[in-house]
Amino acid sequence: MASSIRVRAVENGGVTSLKALVRHPMDSGFVKDSAGNVIPAHFIQLLTITHNGKDVFVANWGPAVSKDPFLECRFKGAKKGDKLTISWTDNKGESDSTTATIA
Amino acid sequence: MIDQRRRGFLKGVLGAGVASFALGSGIIPLRAEAANAPDTSGWPKKAFNTPGVDETIAELYGMDAAESDKISLDLPTIAQNGAVVPVTVETTLPNVTGIALLVEKNPNALAASFDITEGALPFVSNRLKMAETTDVVAVVISDGKAYKATKNVKVTVGGCGG
Repeated sequence: MASSIRVRAVENGGVTSLKALVRHPMDSGFVKDSAGNVIPAHFIQLLTITHNGKDVFVANWGPAVSKDPFLECRFKGAKKGDKLTISWTDNKGESDSTTATIA
Repeated sequence: MIDQRRRGFLKGVLGAGVASFALGSGIIPLRAEAANAPDTSGWPKKAFNTPGVDETIAELYGMDAAESDKISLDLPTIAQNGAVVPVTVETTLPNVTGIALLVEKNPNALAASFDITEGALPFVSNRLKMAETTDVVAVVISDGKAYKATKNVKVTVGGCGG
């Protein structure tokens, strides 16, 4: 199965800009389906970006983050060709991770 | 004589079989995957279940936030679709360790909180859901103190009612 995470990381002038798009329903637990049943909450709680074994960015997400969440962040200290690992875990214990190379 | 050799042969096959099963069945790769998944035990559950902006800031960071004009909070003035509202926060405040995004009129105000490590720049862009026309508050933790900026968004179609 293809990874649920799409990442683009670009280094420019010492600053790495990272854009990540995760495929996830992000159900808030407040929405009802067409039959009137509440769709149970199902959302990503934690997303981490790791570089050289160190967390550079940690996002704690709640159910108010949009479906198929998009995140952009910037950090220093990485070079072109370095590997980044992006991992997430949701409230049902599901998780996924992917590795990206900085361009 | 023949019998003994047969025993030895069988023992050898069985021993090798067990070892290769342990390697092939993925017991070791499974462990590596579990270690790789982020641990959600540190997730601020209580703060995510608190209504109200000031209460949530107090719950999350244990202090009140002061207004600051050094936080740039970029989001549309009118959002046609409340389910997807792009929000960008950037600040010139020094030594930022955390950024949080709160939506005042959502059932629970806290939408997301970010840990900014030493190497990361105090910048984040995220897309949020909001139920109705509301204030969006960005909280920045700088030098151990909390600062906030507020901006109003007009939402024409709510993103929480389905």
